Amino acid sequence: MEFFFDLTVNGLLVGLMYALVAVGFVLIYKATSVINFAQGDLVMFAAYGAAVMLGLGWMPLWAVIPVLATGMVALGFVLERGILRPLIGQPVISVIMVTIGLAFVLQGLAAILWKAGTRELPLPVRVEPYVVGGVFISPINVVAAVTAILSLVAFGLFFTRSRFGIAMRAVADDQQASMTVGINVRRVFALSWAIAGIAAAAGGLIWGNMLGVDTFLALVGLKVFPVVILGGLDSILGAIVGGLIVGLVESIAAGYLDPYVGGGTKDFVPYVLMILVLFVRPHGFFGREIIERV
Amino acid sequence: MTAQLEIRHVSKVFGGVQAVNRVTFDVNQGELVSVIGPNGAGKTTVLNMISGFHHPDLGSIVFEGTDITGRAPSRIATLGVGRTFQNIALFRGMTVLDNLMLGRHVHMKTGVLAGMLYAGRTRREEVEHRRVVEDVIDFLEIEPLRKRVVGALPFGLQKRVELGRALAAHPKILLLDEPMGGMNVEEKEDMARFVLDVNDEWGTTVVLVEHDMGVVMDISQRVVVMDLGETIAEGTPVDVKANPLVIKAYLGGKTGAKTWAGRRGTGDRIDASTARRA
Repeated sequence: MEFFFDLTVNGLLVGLMYALVAVGFVLIYKATSVINFAQGDLVMFAAYGAAVMLGLGWMPLWAVIPVLATGMVALGFVLERGILRPLIGQPVISVIMVTIGLAFVLQGLAAILWKAGTRELPLPVRVEPYVVGGVFISPINVVAAVTAILSLVAFGLFFTRSRFGIAMRAVADDQQASMTVGINVRRVFALSWAIAGIAAAAGGLIWGNMLGVDTFLALVGLKVFPVVILGGLDSILGAIVGGLIVGLVESIAAGYLDPYVGGGTKDFVPYVLMILVLFVRPHGFFGREIIERV
Repeated sequence: MTAQLEIRHVSKVFGGVQAVNRVTFDVNQGELVSVIGPNGAGKTTVLNMISGFHHPDLGSIVFEGTDITGRAPSRIATLGVGRTFQNIALFRGMTVLDNLMLGRHVHMKTGVLAGMLYAGRTRREEVEHRRVVEDVIDFLEIEPLRKRVVGALPFGLQKRVELGRALAAHPKILLLDEPMGGMNVEEKEDMARFVLDVNDEWGTTVVLVEHDMGVVMDISQRVVVMDLGETIAEGTPVDVKANPLVIKAYLGGKTGAKTWAGRRGTGDRIDASTARRA
């Protein structure tokens, strides 16, 4: 039973991290209707940025974090302005292809700029697990969860309390009405990419530390898909719940199944879950059911 | 006196269709002007050019001395141009109150940082916005709907909420695109009363695109008639009704026994589903 609690707690903690990256994805989809296949590559890029800056040793961690966040916001702006804005009004499939292309460009760029090979991203977090009531908890998972919770609460306040956040919700609801009440829709598009950049910066720091920094880190971005399919592509609450479920399921599955199949369960169980959800609830558990009348 | 809104020779081509061709007219401060014409005459396109959703290929639009030709819709809204749409543009997933509060967006000043630093000022601002919104709710008699989600309301009420969303901004000029389209007689009367009251009591200039001739002729001070993208007549309702060009445009080349008066109130209206997307 302790083993089960172990898996549950650590799974949920990791799930919060999935939730954070998924929120970045959902935000872009909600506000701009772009399915961003490059979300994981933004995470990878941020991790490289952090590892390189820390590796140079010019700045301590507390200085690296704001620089990284600013850099990722800037990257978000540039991508929106330079690549996605010219595609407004183009068919969905073109936009999807462009974000897939963008994913590979970012991977290639990272390899060229910073050389292939795994880098370390050391964070001042202790390695030995805490033991709480017989349950082993990995400290980095706790840091991840706290980071995710703080970020999610900050996003939540931003959406419900700030003028810009409310404008973003308005744009997600109806673009024409938004323009009519004087909301600058393009600025909102840019802002959603900037926030996705911040979510990627947080994800990059933590995952870079856990998994080591190389271009394969972008693969964690693929975990966003089971998360958002589960929760609903356009629901922030869905992204959070979906993240927790995926974290939980993969942790438990890996714990119990890995010994029999020799490992790797973690990497495919979320996708099995995703396929099952698509069968029964194609719009996810919290997503808006879009009914097209023909 | 220069007009509040000056539309000069504006033209717009969609593909091979000349939707609007050298349309010129003025709207004076405090006036209630209707733009009428058969389906596809280009009325909605003219409204879309004023509010910035379409940019004219030729010509200029000047609002209160500012050239707004080709400006972004959000900028034009900020200048005091309010708008409703034929097919209703509302935040369907939000409540009536949220929709009206969003209507105040152009007047919201406090940013995120300032909002945190001066919580008191932000709260005062919020209270003031809420007061304006409550006035609008009162005025449109939609008190019981405050917390209802817009998407679930019947069509006629959604139109009313949309008018409310536009009014919440206290616009200087209000562009209404078929506010009575698809309504029953009672709803039309209510809407006509609201439009008249806004014009009378608030002094808001109104440009009305409407197919219901009875309403148009009753409440307009001046009527602009369009056909096939051009203005074919302009004047008081009485003048326009008697204009042979107008009668021809509406009833075809050879007019029979039917007269303009015979069409009064029958409501030559189009439904949103059959309306050409202009």
